[in-house]
Amino acid sequence: MIGAAYAIPDILAFVVAALMIVAGAIGVLAVRNPVHAALSLILTLFGVAVAFVAQSADFLAVVQIIVYAGAIVVLFLFVIMFLGVDRTDPVRVEPLVGQRALAAVGVVVTIGGLVALLASSHWVTGAIAVSSAGHPTPVGASNVRAIGTAVFTTYLFAFEATAALLIIAVVGAVLLARRERHMDREGEA
Amino acid sequence: MNVPAAWYLVLAAVLFGIGSFGLLTRRSALIIFMCLELLLNAVNLTFVTFARTLRDIGGQAAVFFVMVVAAAEVTVGLGIVVTVFRRRSSTSVDELSEMKG
Repeated sequence: MIGAAYAIPDILAFVVAALMIVAGAIGVLAVRNPVHAALSLILTLFGVAVAFVAQSADFLAVVQIIVYAGAIVVLFLFVIMFLGVDRTDPVRVEPLVGQRALAAVGVVVTIGGLVALLASSHWVTGAIAVSSAGHPTPVGASNVRAIGTAVFTTYLFAFEATAALLIIAVVGAVLLARRERHMDREGEA
Repeated sequence: MNVPAAWYLVLAAVLFGIGSFGLLTRRSALIIFMCLELLLNAVNLTFVTFARTLRDIGGQAAVFFVMVVAAAEVTVGLGIVVTVFRRRSSTSVDELSEMKG
């Protein structure tokens, strides 16, 4: 029935993306070595990129690979190697009694609530009555053009604000990572 | 016809759940940051799904901004982790308890 209603490549893309996302996410939690966790994170990020392509968000899929897998995870790996924590196991004791059980209950409630929200509202079924200009989301080069038009016209102020945010973040990171000798002596005293 | 949007939304909800479980249970600040990235990606997936469903490019523009903010957040966060590690030789968040009343 499902195969009859939806195209096989779409279903295949969804299944591949879902497997990559869930396997990578569980890997981030399950492995003890932070380097392996970062590599699992890459798997999840590629799965999300596959989901982006399957939903005709081509530009975002490329940015996802370049920025997340290429820059953010590499930054994680740099810090892991720099700190030399790549072989230390995280603590397995529970300082708070029942923390894991409470967290599991909270997560189940969260997922259940989200799915219930999906099931009880009708916009997820593809009703496009509210916004419905009716044009499908553009793909390929026109997808880049559409996002560029939106970012540089409708969201221009937010775009400029992100430029300021990035500058502030870089300056802050440099300031945090700078080692000053007299401050170190103060810290040891 | 494309796969229904609800499948992707459920997938995003599951990813959000896994990420928040890690955020609540792990001790290492680095792993907590990675789980934060999982949460952001779940939200991004939701944005893109609704951009396709409602045929509005604004959803994809929002994902663009989320990615920029995530990059800035990771930069500053890892800088803080490095600074804390210099003082404490540990990335465990349980070590940072001297403000406990």
